[in-house]
Amino acid sequence: MEKTVNQKAWFLVLPVLLLVAFSAVIPLMTVVNYSVQDTFGNNQFFWAGLEWFEEMLASERMWDALGRQLMFSGIILAIEVPLGIFVALNMPKSGFWSSFCLVLMSLPLLIPWNVVGTIWQIFGRVDIGLLGHTLDALGINYNYTQDTVAAWITIVVMDVWHWTSLVALLAYAGLKSIPEAYYQAAKIDQASRWKVFRYIELPKMMGVLMIAVLLRFMDSFMIYTEPFVVTGGGPGNATTLLSIDLVKMALGQFDLGPAAAFSIMYFLVILLISWVFYTVMTNLDKREG
Amino acid sequence: MDWMAWTWPTAIFFIVIASLLITFTILAIKFPETPRTGILRIETTRGDRLFITLLGSAFINLAWLGLVGANQPFALVICLIYAAAVFRWV
Amino acid sequence: MADLTANQSAPRGLSLPRVNSRAVVMTLYLLFLLLPIYWLLNMSLKTNTEILNDFTLWPDNFTLDNYRTILTDPSWYMGYVNSLIYVVMNTAISLTVALPAAYAFSRYHFMGDKHLFFWLLTNRMAPPAVFALPFFQLYSSVGLFDTHIAVALAHTLFNVPLAVWILEGFMRGVPKEIDETAFIDGYSFGRFFVKIFMPLVASGIGVTAFFCFMFSWVELLLSRTLTTVDAKPIAAIMTRTQGAAGIDWGVLAAAGVLTIVPGALVIYFVRNYIAKGFALGRV
Repeated sequence: MEKTVNQKAWFLVLPVLLLVAFSAVIPLMTVVNYSVQDTFGNNQFFWAGLEWFEEMLASERMWDALGRQLMFSGIILAIEVPLGIFVALNMPKSGFWSSFCLVLMSLPLLIPWNVVGTIWQIFGRVDIGLLGHTLDALGINYNYTQDTVAAWITIVVMDVWHWTSLVALLAYAGLKSIPEAYYQAAKIDQASRWKVFRYIELPKMMGVLMIAVLLRFMDSFMIYTEPFVVTGGGPGNATTLLSIDLVKMALGQFDLGPAAAFSIMYFLVILLISWVFYTVMTNLDKREG
Repeated sequence: MDWMAWTWPTAIFFIVIASLLITFTILAIKFPETPRTGILRIETTRGDRLFITLLGSAFINLAWLGLVGANQPFALVICLIYAAAVFRWV
Repeated sequence: MADLTANQSAPRGLSLPRVNSRAVVMTLYLLFLLLPIYWLLNMSLKTNTEILNDFTLWPDNFTLDNYRTILTDPSWYMGYVNSLIYVVMNTAISLTVALPAAYAFSRYHFMGDKHLFFWLLTNRMAPPAVFALPFFQLYSSVGLFDTHIAVALAHTLFNVPLAVWILEGFMRGVPKEIDETAFIDGYSFGRFFVKIFMPLVASGIGVTAFFCFMFSWVELLLSRTLTTVDAKPIAAIMTRTQGAAGIDWGVLAAAGVLTIVPGALVIYFVRNYIAKGFALGRV
């Protein structure tokens, strides 16, 4: 649609601007203020300069958490994106079964995050959970509260369970926008199944897949509740991801300064990634439209 | 406002950013922005370049702090050079 | 030629007939999705003795006691009431401010519109963990700590951007001629917006409301940080129970099942828009 230039539109945006400024800008400013000061409670602050930033940049704790975080996001993207596309390709295209699948697949997406954690916490337990019990009966030693590998597998499977449907739903929406004529043409050309996927379906899904990857990356990058409920960041620090570490520091130990410095760096990374994705997305839009 | 724990340096920091934004808004009114494509092969306007500069500067400062750890003002010099480069070529 | 023969024997599948392989994949996937949920439901209908002592695939001693406990004990069911109050408040606030903004973004170019749109996106992407501490300080200092409105306002952080993005996606689909005709007919902006435009994007508003509701409902970190007693959400009450020794598994499972109900009830109505909603209106 052709848009007209109209500066009065600013008045329509103003409420959003004020509200989001209140709930985003003021807290962020506060975080910046805290990050350069030290406090012993009672709202008494002492100038600390860039000390906290220096400390956090040198701290292994933060780099380890970042490493674990990147590994986690990498693993779940590597599983969820191909699996989601695969599921989308196999979904019924229309009719009752299509709705049936859509509704059931959406179900995990709408479960409160701590309940997702609870579900898997129970499901994986050897004494009362179906998964844990079955694995135990098969003679596999599985204990996610003690064993690092088991803990990781549990949170990864949980995330795959929770969010693969999102990728599948988006890919499905992309697939549905492909006109039947394209498939007809491919049939006439006797294109193989792989070629149909590679040259017709994949390019048409590119836009939505971009969004899926962005959302999955971002949301997994700030994941907190689900792994926290299941493993509490343990065993040891094995599943302490960035947000879990940050909350521990900020609300558990009330280390305002270091936590604030950590927050700022965390936020800068998020800002950078969002910007890269946004730029790529808008450029894709332009090339298509 | 006590809980926000304002200090002069951070206040100045935000004032600088706010005035940058205001300056660029005024510039955009006086001399309307025309997008161009630079070495990143993306279309950028003046505002985009400001954003790239600010975000990049934050990372330059952090990198300096983490790798060198002293003489922070020198990092600002690098930022200025970086800013000039961004506005010239991006 | 290899392609040709392969195509003749199986037009679209790999080697099995197409319908079957598809059905198998979907069945397996849905089974994977539903098993953990079934297990929770199964547990919520058992007594604690059965949960801990006998490993049964379905409840032998079918009981609704766990649900009765929750629905008669105020310290449990008030959690649902609290959650519902702040979620509804948040949905109302988000929609009210997002509607005009989305209209502006979908219809007009104005100075800084792209930057503003991007800035909204960054708020959707911002980790709640970063905001938990300053929110705690902010709402404590203005005396709103442990109130519903504090949680509702905190959740606007990600819900307002979401609402603006989804609504903008829907509003772009409404032809601009409608606005112009209405203005020529002498409608004021307010009357046009409420009487003509909002009914046109009614489905979009419904879907947006659903997503605001959902994302506020599923969030725990901020709502737990900002509440202690009076406005404590059900999610936080559940985590508290887990910390105590001797967990009441049956009640915990029942509480979990009850939190899934609101989403499950309305999911049918938004099934065709759910991809659009999760994609921030970009599909």
